[in-house]
Amino acid sequence: MDKILEVKDLKVSFQVYGGEVQAVRGVSFDLFKGETLAVVGESGSGKSVLNQTVMKLIPMPPGKITGGQILFHGEDIVKKTDKEMEKIRGKEISMIFQDPMTSLNPTMKVGHQITEVLLKHQNMSSHQAKERAVELLRLVGIPMPEKRINQYPHEFSGGMRQRAMIAIALAANPSLLIADEPTTALDVTIQAQILELMKDLQKKMDTSIIFITHDLGVVANVADRVAVMYAGQIVEIGTVDEIFYDPRHPYTWGLLASMPSLDSSHEEELTAIPGTPPDLTHPPKGDAFAARNKYALAIDFEEEPPLFQVSETHFAKTWLLHPDAPKVEPPEAVKRRMRKLSSTFEKPILVKEGN
Amino acid sequence: MVKYISKRLLYMIVSLLIIITATFFLMRIAPGNPFTSEKKLPPEIEANLNEHYGLDKPWYVQYGDYLVRIVQWDFGPSFKYESRTVNDLINDGFPVSLTLGLEAILFAVAVGIVLGVIAALRHNKWQDYTAMIIAVFGISVPSFIMATFLQYIFAIKLGLFPVARWETFSHTVLPALALGATPMAFIARLTRSSMLEVLSNDYIKTAKAKGLSRGAMIMKHTIRNALLPVVSYMGPLAAGIITGSFVIEKIFGIPGLGSHFVLSISNRDYTVIMGVTVFYSILLLVSILLVDIAYGLIDPRIKLAGGKKGE
Repeated sequence: MDKILEVKDLKVSFQVYGGEVQAVRGVSFDLFKGETLAVVGESGSGKSVLNQTVMKLIPMPPGKITGGQILFHGEDIVKKTDKEMEKIRGKEISMIFQDPMTSLNPTMKVGHQITEVLLKHQNMSSHQAKERAVELLRLVGIPMPEKRINQYPHEFSGGMRQRAMIAIALAANPSLLIADEPTTALDVTIQAQILELMKDLQKKMDTSIIFITHDLGVVANVADRVAVMYAGQIVEIGTVDEIFYDPRHPYTWGLLASMPSLDSSHEEELTAIPGTPPDLTHPPKGDAFAARNKYALAIDFEEEPPLFQVSETHFAKTWLLHPDAPKVEPPEAVKRRMRKLSSTFEKPILVKEGN
Repeated sequence: MVKYISKRLLYMIVSLLIIITATFFLMRIAPGNPFTSEKKLPPEIEANLNEHYGLDKPWYVQYGDYLVRIVQWDFGPSFKYESRTVNDLINDGFPVSLTLGLEAILFAVAVGIVLGVIAALRHNKWQDYTAMIIAVFGISVPSFIMATFLQYIFAIKLGLFPVARWETFSHTVLPALALGATPMAFIARLTRSSMLEVLSNDYIKTAKAKGLSRGAMIMKHTIRNALLPVVSYMGPLAAGIITGSFVIEKIFGIPGLGSHFVLSISNRDYTVIMGVTVFYSILLLVSILLVDIAYGLIDPRIKLAGGKKGE
């Protein structure tokens, strides 16, 4: 499979009053053609910043890429100027935002907001663009598109607006679509429809998707692979099966244990991860998760954990995988779903020392 | 739309009636009358005058007569300027005040919006600070100081424009600047703050994510949405400015309408007070209506009362 995106040791920080917030602290991952990677993590874990950095949408300043590379089709985006980025944004990489109620311009006709992309990137005449806009609206499942293109966003329902946003995002056939919590603001039935639509369109257009969410139910539904982010780092990444059935990082355990499931008995209380994420102006020494982690080892408070490889596709950043670490049992709710995967290596391999 | 406007016109007539009534009675309650002067008139003459102007009739008859005359667009004779009617005063003064006012508005809107946009785009940089210092000056310097300052610099020192009088276009420049300075400053501040608000909206991020250039993004997605507060400020502003300013007209020796607003009161010139008040009210009500219509055109979310779209 072709790699379309390679992020290498990316570091992003924001200069704010009171210091420098290190929002992304050395993230590396690859994305293949036609694949969906889900990025999960709680608010403030850096998942949105990471992905907006891929499009260079973070305001700079105060934002700053302090290190690393973003290779998109082999070209480093970090070095590109704003003018060069204009040719990539909307054409090669596009984005769907969380809140469809606010992400469309309220004073511009929906059709115009779609044709804008086509006129900018596709060299179309305005007549062609208009026809294509109708086609796109039909493609995303909006009935009577001929009439709808002349309407304003406030005449659309929430789900319809998100469909229109998807039409805008896909207008120029981008090879990468970043969806930043696209279903969070929608009600559950509409969520399912939008997810179906995205999967369907992905098949048709062979687009790669980075799907940012904090809803693990959605992840199971759409993703091929999952990256779990905590405090600006990817703490575990693997295929959906590996993350759901063989999670290795205690933070992933915590996330999975806090997810309600149909099999859990109703006497059982839903667990929550105690505490709050660390202040990234002064990231803690050692493992950023240690303070909230009941499995934390003494070394977690001293040294950053190294990255271990558990299978061909599965990596986790925790001292628990170290050969000398004590054997610990994951929480009941996680243990119940754990199963042996054939792809898992005999023993975790150390791939990268912690910094 | 037609239905909406006719409904609004009806409301305007009601408002106008209330304004006329209130002014009419407030004016009568105020002590003194048009013929009060230092030298007391003999009672016979005063009685004659009162009879001549209809002031001897009971108040309800006067009020009724006045309403009838207003409907005929006849504001009656002036008490102070004998041989001239209030209609004459308005017909002479208004074109002058209108010209001056429009120039001032044009200046205020053009410069104010440009300053505001620049300030917002260069938020917290020197351009922002410069624009806002200009705005603070515009707001805090009273127009009579601004006017004399402009006269001193541009007319007396540099000799670029005439000092005063109302003859050619170059005579209009300085008073227009002096008159427009404060609204310009207000517009600049309004534009800046609403631009900043619009720029923080999600749809601006969407526009950026589409790959639009900064210029296209600002022109197509920002300015139009940021102008709504400016448009709503324009209504009362326009009515106020085109009816003239007492101070500016005095300083520059302009034969406009503004002075009548002030002088008619101390003269107790009943008909002039009524005439200019009614005239101003009509302008104000019309410009507010225009603003509301413009609102609907700029922001499609605002539907003009009750009617369905396209009506």
